[in-house]
Amino acid sequence: MGHSPKPAIAPPIPGLAGQAIVWLDKRFPLVRLWQEQLTGYYAPKNFNFWYYFGSLAMLVLVMQIVTGIFLTMNYKPDAKLAFASVEYIMRDVPGGWFIRYLHSTGASMFFIVVYLHMFRGLIYGSYRKPRELLWVFGCMIYLCLMAEAFFGYLLPWGQMSYWGAQVIINLFAAIPFIGPDLAIWIRGDYNVGDATLNRFFAFHVIAIPLVLLGLVAAHLMALREVGSNNPDGVEIKENLDPKTGTPKDGIPFHPYYTIKDIVGVFVFLGVFTVIVFFMPEMGGYFLEYANFVQADPLKTPEHIAPVWYFTPFYAMLRAVPSYFGTQFWGVAVMGLATLILFALPWLDKGKAKSIRYRGPRFRNFLIAFVVSFLILGYLGVVPTTVWGQLPKGLPLVGGMDTATLVARILTAVYFAFFILMPWYTKKDIPQELPEPERVTY
Amino acid sequence: MNTTLRSLLLALALGASVSALAAGGGVKLDTAPVNLQDQASLQRGARNFVNYCLNCHSAQFMRYGALTQIGLTEKQIADNLILTGAKVTDAMVTNLDANDAKEWLKSVPPDLTLVARSRGSDWLYTFLRGFYRDDKAPSGWNNTVFKATSMPHVLHDLQGTQAWVKAGERPGPDGKPEAVMKLGIERAGTMTAAEYDRFAADLVNFLTFMAEPARTQRTQLGLWVLSLLTLGFFISLWLKHEYWKDVK
Repeated sequence: MGHSPKPAIAPPIPGLAGQAIVWLDKRFPLVRLWQEQLTGYYAPKNFNFWYYFGSLAMLVLVMQIVTGIFLTMNYKPDAKLAFASVEYIMRDVPGGWFIRYLHSTGASMFFIVVYLHMFRGLIYGSYRKPRELLWVFGCMIYLCLMAEAFFGYLLPWGQMSYWGAQVIINLFAAIPFIGPDLAIWIRGDYNVGDATLNRFFAFHVIAIPLVLLGLVAAHLMALREVGSNNPDGVEIKENLDPKTGTPKDGIPFHPYYTIKDIVGVFVFLGVFTVIVFFMPEMGGYFLEYANFVQADPLKTPEHIAPVWYFTPFYAMLRAVPSYFGTQFWGVAVMGLATLILFALPWLDKGKAKSIRYRGPRFRNFLIAFVVSFLILGYLGVVPTTVWGQLPKGLPLVGGMDTATLVARILTAVYFAFFILMPWYTKKDIPQELPEPERVTY
Repeated sequence: MNTTLRSLLLALALGASVSALAAGGGVKLDTAPVNLQDQASLQRGARNFVNYCLNCHSAQFMRYGALTQIGLTEKQIADNLILTGAKVTDAMVTNLDANDAKEWLKSVPPDLTLVARSRGSDWLYTFLRGFYRDDKAPSGWNNTVFKATSMPHVLHDLQGTQAWVKAGERPGPDGKPEAVMKLGIERAGTMTAAEYDRFAADLVNFLTFMAEPARTQRTQLGLWVLSLLTLGFFISLWLKHEYWKDVK
């Protein structure tokens, strides 16, 4: 049984270019892809500020890949040469400093954009049925991003690169039975060294980016399948125009949202530019000051802090005490804190999707969650002694670092947001508002 | 502004006020008068660096040739600033052998190319002016911001010798008078206090330039990029407005 030949399309534009499109489309689903992905993909027309961050995440991903390629042309993944090669890029490679700052700023901005993108999902219930898998792909992207950032941070081979990696890899050593061997297996050595740098380079420039790109493709395909959620949580596909068969509350993604997203891109690039050209270190948060000192395995820095986007989890790790002589519990809590995100679609029992129509319980839990995440992020940057000690006389907690106690409470709040969710979303008080049938615009 | 946005901003403000608490602690640093536009100061700083620092410290990521960026010609660099027999294209490396340094100074003097980025200009400015006599220290010198530094005060001929002297009295916590100590010049050097501050300022200015030679260029370029983006923003805003006219 042969395929019936595909009917040729009419040239979409006059002239030779139009003929070329006809020729291509006979051999490749060019027009179909364009229609399915852009002009025929209907998005709700009530997207607000929070809906810029998906396209911005794509933009940063492309920027990281392009700047990464150029950095790779001059970077040397060798413990003896790495630090000097970064300085070579900063000084002797024409435009090298620009490429490097784009990449280093891009790493932090990627997390800012992704955190805001995830927050959007939380407030409007974008993870709810039928978008569970879309959310799960997103969580996997987030994990990949953390791995990518972690591997990449070793490459400049500064003191924080080195000791940060040392600390994180030692976490794996806390896993019972297999831990110590596992840590050696990860490092390829008894200490972080040349072998570690080489394999981290391989993971950073090829392994993780490949997985990341695959996941982004899956994330977008799942999105095209179920359609975007919106600030009202209304399913626009349930209200079709009988004449055209397209959603009454939807507009074609292209040109409407491509044009709108470009406005967002210019604003975002404005912020990006201010950082890259005027404050590339961002007060020591995007580029840590101690990382301008070459890695020295014999000199432990006074204060080791991971980069800001890991600090909420790092604060949780430090807050958990060691029981039975092992630090494993802290590691487990840190791992669970990221993995619990995956369960969100099944924990939320609320009727309404969007926070606009949900009750105060959900709102209050969400605020508590965001505030704990931010304060934990701060506590992960500073030493545990930052707020001094509690008075000796207090029962149970006397003499303890105040910051550690606060971090423990906030860690509990972080997990309570998820674990108590089935309860506080099932029957929110006083009651949820009725969801509208059409989007409000 | 909707409720969600408002609560997020509140959370951010809370986070910011928490981190504001973190500032402070340690010795108060003096503000270094860094001005990367002042080429005369940068050139004096380069001279100071080559004459006093490069004997022990390297700047291994910095080429002599990069000094053309502070308004010097290659001939001027070769004639006045290269004291080690290096070529203009070479890196600024000390002639001090690392093993000798370990024997004489107990540690290898750190590379200074990036010191202004890792320590900060203010720290350097305070450090250079903060040496004082301390008979308990192995080198006979101590420093206000770097306790028990193994670096001797190589600039004491210029600054003179500082020591802690009693400047007055104030009531202590227990009511008894308590001495207020301050650093004073014990034995004068060849420079006045103002001249030495100028010397340190020029040197720190140069170290700041050397830590990131592209800094002057990036701030100039940044303004251009920002204005182009502003233009692009308004064009895209107008386009969006035109395209969205029919969305009801």
